[in-house]
Amino acid sequence: MNPFLDNKILEVKNLKMYFPITRGLLRKVVGLIKAVDNVSFEINRGEIFGLVGESGCGKTTIARCILKIYNPTEGKIFFEGNDITILTKSELRSMRKKIQLIFQDPYSSLDPRQSVGSIVGEPLKIHRLYEKENDYKNKIKELFLMVGLNPEMTNRYPHEFSGGQRQRIGIARALSCGPSFIVCDEPISALDVSIQAQIINLLLELKEKMGLTYLFISHDLSVVRYISNRIAIMYLGHIVEITDSEELYKNPLHPYTQALLSAVPIPDPYKERQRERIILKGDVPSPLNPPSGCPFHPRCWKAKEECYKEIPILRQVSSNHQVACLQV
Amino acid sequence: MKPILEVKNLKVHFNTINGVVRAVDGISYYINEQEIVGLVGESGCGKSVSQLSILQLIQVPPGEIVDGEIFFEGMDLLKLKPYSDEMRSIRGGKISMIFQDVMTSLNPLLTIGQQLIEMLELHLRLNREKAKKRAIELLELVGIPDAKIRIDDYPHQFSGGMRQRVMIAMALSCNPKLVIADEPTTAVDVTTQAQLLEIMKDMVTRFKSSLVIVTHNLGIVARYTHRIYVMYAGKIVESGTSDEIFYLPRHPYTIALLGSVPRLDESHPRRLSPIWGLPPNLMDEIPGCAFRHRCLYAAQCENKSLPELKEVSPGHYVRCHLDIIKKDHEPFFRQQDIRS
Repeated sequence: MNPFLDNKILEVKNLKMYFPITRGLLRKVVGLIKAVDNVSFEINRGEIFGLVGESGCGKTTIARCILKIYNPTEGKIFFEGNDITILTKSELRSMRKKIQLIFQDPYSSLDPRQSVGSIVGEPLKIHRLYEKENDYKNKIKELFLMVGLNPEMTNRYPHEFSGGQRQRIGIARALSCGPSFIVCDEPISALDVSIQAQIINLLLELKEKMGLTYLFISHDLSVVRYISNRIAIMYLGHIVEITDSEELYKNPLHPYTQALLSAVPIPDPYKERQRERIILKGDVPSPLNPPSGCPFHPRCWKAKEECYKEIPILRQVSSNHQVACLQV
Repeated sequence: MKPILEVKNLKVHFNTINGVVRAVDGISYYINEQEIVGLVGESGCGKSVSQLSILQLIQVPPGEIVDGEIFFEGMDLLKLKPYSDEMRSIRGGKISMIFQDVMTSLNPLLTIGQQLIEMLELHLRLNREKAKKRAIELLELVGIPDAKIRIDDYPHQFSGGMRQRVMIAMALSCNPKLVIADEPTTAVDVTTQAQLLEIMKDMVTRFKSSLVIVTHNLGIVARYTHRIYVMYAGKIVESGTSDEIFYLPRHPYTIALLGSVPRLDESHPRRLSPIWGLPPNLMDEIPGCAFRHRCLYAAQCENKSLPELKEVSPGHYVRCHLDIIKKDHEPFFRQQDIRS
């Protein structure tokens, strides 16, 4: 590992992920869905980096590129200084130990025919981390305790657990091979309100205890603001703003961020009635046929002529604040 | 103000192979004219079932409305047969519903125009021409661009947010007295959610209807509701004005619910206090307070009987043995529960 890059755990540079649309017998490419279009960001070691956006904006596609589920069309992803887009199969395998994923839906992400103990232990077997059966079993029990589950329950099956408990099992599986970086893809949105806080607290606790770094993907801005150190806002395949969570709330610069913030409900009737709400017109355009220039211009109330022509690039406006808007 | 809807001691059970599920277990509430009321609770607490039974949309069997009265315009809706003409004229005409899952509640084989016009012809007895004119007006009111053209489109040609707008237009098409919105914005994005709630509020004000918003998200009701009912395990545990529920919550569940969600406006985040454990299985007989096993104040509570809904201040009802005022007792932490 390069010691000079020590602070950066992950660096994404000009990432592009286009999906071809094919038609006909010969599968002729008739169009491209630009799911992620020229995205760059960095994640520092030990921080929680939030990625927020509405459905279909490309958040999960970024996560999948980082996990090498997709091969990006263009761009580079550096993990601990190594470009993971050009890894060989065996290098990839050892890299996967370091990067793990927590899924959104705890119901479909656990194999119903496998006992939860073997679900949690599977990564240990794949990576051949424990030689002795006893060590392997102890490790599973340790993982169960770590996520607040009873270690006696390893022989049960997923259907015997509630949604919150299943998500804990998913977290235990992600932790099993000692990762340093975890991608959390909407880890709480499938859970009941009263359970969500348990999982948020658990994620925070584990991060402190094990020195993890998270990429936390969610559509819920209040949760992301609560949990993250820095936040990136996405719109239609582009990152429109990156800043720390305090600055984002106090001084949002991009019009889309402002609209998003104003749309998030606050459980406080007095404040809610006082708040100005920016109501956006229309819907998110289709990524198949994105607007020219700034992707947000058809819905933007600040849009001027140049916004129709020029795609704004993410630029630094202060030491901790990047924004992609021509009007800022 | 007089109530337009009054529900008294409603009990809805589901008879399943494994036993009786007491989904709604004796709830009473009322809704005033032109009032916006929130019904809040976790999934499975009976909030949707309680609303569906107003229009007798519960499948019988397995469902069964065991007990209770629902007064609407002076008559008991539960006395009507589900398929009678009276019930049909109320359903969609005087009381209408907006459902969570729009894709399944619109007919995919009919254009939205056909579906809207059908309602207007049936309930308001308009002729086709007038009905079409009114349908276009309604679609324009909910902000569908080019309503004249889009009226001939099928549901799949609309985006999720637009489809929900069509549902709102449909729900309000016949000047209903009461609109029930069951998790109207759960399936859509935040910015769309803001649009839809704003449209819904404008529409019910314009048509002088009352609105019930059923939701699990306390935040979305804060801006609009006058009064709120909090439900837990088939029972109403607290009710009062919006301000009372948010600023002076008296039931441990309401307090816990408010403490467990992160708020956007907090600059120095506190540690979230989750609600430990799980809601009770409604199939089991629950003697006493259903929230006892998850309650932070349970140690102080000696009384094992079922607490009654008691009035703590005018119009503010709480189902709790203790007299909790949140400011006096900061909830203490209880972590042993999850390990058991």
